[in-house]
Amino acid sequence: MKNIPHSSRSRRKSILEEKIMKCIMAIATYSIILVFIYMILVISREGIPALSWEMISEIPGGGFYFGKEGGILNAIIGSVYLSVGGTFLSLLISIPVALYLNIHLLHYNRITAGIRYLLDILWGIPSILYGAFGFVLMIVFHLQASLLAGIITLALMITPIIIRAFDEALQGIPEGMLEACYAMGLTRRQIAFQVFIRQAMPGLITATLVGFGRAIGDAASVLFTTGYTDYIPKNLYDPTASLPLAIFFQLSSPIPEVRERAYAAAFILTIIILMISLLIRLCTSRLSKYQI
Amino acid sequence: MNRGKWFDLLSDNWMLLATLLMSILPLSVGFGLLIESMPLLRQYHLRHLVSSSAWSPAEGKFGMISFITGTLWVTGLSLCMAAPVSLLVSIYITQYAKPWLMRTIHLVMDILAGIPSVVYGVWGVLVIVPWISQKLAPALGYSSSGYCVLSGGIVLAVMSIPYILHLQIEIFRTIPIELKEISLSLGATYWETIKYVLLKQARRGIIASVGLGISKALGETIAVLMVVGNVPQIPENMFQAGYPLPALIANNYGEMMSIPHYLSALMFAGLILFLIICLFNSISHWIIHKMHQT
Repeated sequence: MKNIPHSSRSRRKSILEEKIMKCIMAIATYSIILVFIYMILVISREGIPALSWEMISEIPGGGFYFGKEGGILNAIIGSVYLSVGGTFLSLLISIPVALYLNIHLLHYNRITAGIRYLLDILWGIPSILYGAFGFVLMIVFHLQASLLAGIITLALMITPIIIRAFDEALQGIPEGMLEACYAMGLTRRQIAFQVFIRQAMPGLITATLVGFGRAIGDAASVLFTTGYTDYIPKNLYDPTASLPLAIFFQLSSPIPEVRERAYAAAFILTIIILMISLLIRLCTSRLSKYQI
Repeated sequence: MNRGKWFDLLSDNWMLLATLLMSILPLSVGFGLLIESMPLLRQYHLRHLVSSSAWSPAEGKFGMISFITGTLWVTGLSLCMAAPVSLLVSIYITQYAKPWLMRTIHLVMDILAGIPSVVYGVWGVLVIVPWISQKLAPALGYSSSGYCVLSGGIVLAVMSIPYILHLQIEIFRTIPIELKEISLSLGATYWETIKYVLLKQARRGIIASVGLGISKALGETIAVLMVVGNVPQIPENMFQAGYPLPALIANNYGEMMSIPHYLSALMFAGLILFLIICLFNSISHWIIHKMHQT
């Protein structure tokens, strides 16, 4: 504390210093908001002129990659299949894990800390490594690049994200709830699926949406595992297109018309993500009022 | 046993199984990558692989050093931009800002964190690349195509700021308010309190948040891939193209089956990335864990 000055001149100096620092910090803060607005503006400015009904209602035609007829319906549908499938598969794993941590292992602090640490490691693994791991799995199980392989890879990638968010919601349940439930003679299954999951429902929905948003926007993990096709997949063993990959491939084309389509596709993807963000906001503010 | 008992048993085992599955997943990712890169490691010496710069899969040369330096350049540059900015912002909005600004930043942060990597890439190609090639590089006396490690760094900085910021806001919130009150009542100005009390308390947390930011930035693939140029060379300045590890893996998946050891080399690149990220993650989590204990 000896650095704090006492005389009035140094007092004035430190007040000046505070003003300057405050100014720099304010600039940094507003610049983040500005960068965000600028980004949305650029994507809209480039994307909207290239957008047409044909783009979102047709699959690629014969000369699509040379700037002729067709659209990216295959990629939109493919992305929806992949992320809905991935989210569903992931929920089958993430709901029980989060419940297990908060009910069965509630008082085993060492074990839960260890598992949460492993989950954090998983959360930090980049999606390209999940893609590579999915590829290794494909070699081991003799799978082809297909919708199924993509769904499995995506599920692995988003499960840590969903568990982490759902786990946080479950940790918000008041202490003593579990003891109260045991005292009423409920079994652990009943506590899990009739009490805890209802209490944490807003958190679960938010977690699911976050995972879904991540799944729909991720390109790196499905790069190896889904293949790419101009057609809408008919079953789980067909290769599948996805929206991020469509953007990526079209942007690397030398033909300007094709690149413009990439901007339009990026705009569509941004709108989808913005809508999901909005939904998450709505859920957290609306649903939390039903909690105890 | 009645039906309820069966369901109890089913649910308990399902939960246990899922938890075990998730617990062994990090190990099996590392192990899977290791097994696939074994053929390469048997053929070449490990030291040779990570220190040689010769990259020519068709001739059987798999030197990784240019990809490692490319990764370091991009990550380092992005951190030099993201770390100070997020620290300034997190201090401002936890200590000075009005509630509406805080809400706005939270909203912006959430949306920025959700925007897919490929959209950042498109933005980088549209805005950052032309800006660097036409304005910044000539102004500093370099010539650049714009597809360089600096573009990758800028795009990554924008991508990783929401993550670092989120953690730092949490850390500043956990500091007890009494500490601030004591300092203020001793006659320190608000800024002095922040400088000498808050920053000192939060020091380790700030380091940890930057560590997590690093591991986030290291692995981002598509956005970097789109703007960084992808030339396998050791970049000498920030206006030269680089070729980070994730981009290497993503770019070559098409031809890797046809050349011997190519797949192994890519999986080895993945293994290096995995080990670096686990290291940074572990250190950061350890620091945060320590902070919560004291």
